[in-house]
Amino acid sequence: MQVLEAICFFIAAIFALGGAAGVVLLRNPFFSVLALVMHLLALAALFLLLHAQFLAASQIIVYAGAVMVLYVFVAAYVGGVEEPMSPSGPLLTLGPLFAGALFIELVLAALGTGLSAIDSEGAKVGPGFGDPAQFGELLLKRFLIPFEAASYLLLIAAVGAVVLARRRRGLEHLDAEHQRELGLSARPEGDGPPSLIAPGAQS
Amino acid sequence: MDVSWYIVLSAMIFCIGLAGVISRRNPLVVLLSLELLLNAGNLALIAFSRMWGNADGQIFALIVMVVAACEVVVGLGLIVAMYRNRIPIDVDEMSELHG
Repeated sequence: MQVLEAICFFIAAIFALGGAAGVVLLRNPFFSVLALVMHLLALAALFLLLHAQFLAASQIIVYAGAVMVLYVFVAAYVGGVEEPMSPSGPLLTLGPLFAGALFIELVLAALGTGLSAIDSEGAKVGPGFGDPAQFGELLLKRFLIPFEAASYLLLIAAVGAVVLARRRRGLEHLDAEHQRELGLSARPEGDGPPSLIAPGAQS
Repeated sequence: MDVSWYIVLSAMIFCIGLAGVISRRNPLVVLLSLELLLNAGNLALIAFSRMWGNADGQIFALIVMVVAACEVVVGLGLIVAMYRNRIPIDVDEMSELHG
């Protein structure tokens, strides 16, 4: 049992690390998205090993399912802009260096910690640990306010995304009279998207 | 498996994501690297939750997933707005906020 768990852990860890490296190293953003999907599936397996069944399921459904579909849509909409890895940028060498330093520091902190249980399996847990029943009870009793705040956050994010990504030029198909009422024709010229209506046509 | 293995794995994923956030210039890939950071945090939270035998850490991880979903939605909205305004899809081009 112990050996089986170790094998599962190492397979999932290799896939998770490979997916993470693929996200960062692949040039085409579309392939980066696919690498992240692999990474998320491997992480869901790790969550299962840690007795977080509900989180593993929601990781697959919400993350690898819904959020990644959004990413794929945007990657397809914007188009696969192959990014030139500008060798001139100082950040290109500074970034991995900084990350490596942080990794060494984190590992030192994790392995040199005073937590004695970190080198053990963890506490004994019952069969109901991490299942939906326990989740629901915690969310609706102990963490009710964070739960409600999270729902408002999702609502605000959805409205904000609609406002950000709306088609700004769409309003200019309305007649100029209506636009003047709305005060939209007083947009400053310049960096904004070019107006479809010539300036003379509005007066 | 010891909990420390999971913590070290989480540190590795976090550092890979950090390198991506710093060195990549496509905002889509920067957002993907941010996902890596949040997922590394989630893995550490769940590992510690397992260590203590207390499910509170899993609730935190769920809230982190909610925040990540919100961040994705707003970030992708920004990318679509950049594309519509014909700004090149590059984080260096987004140096000022201008409606």
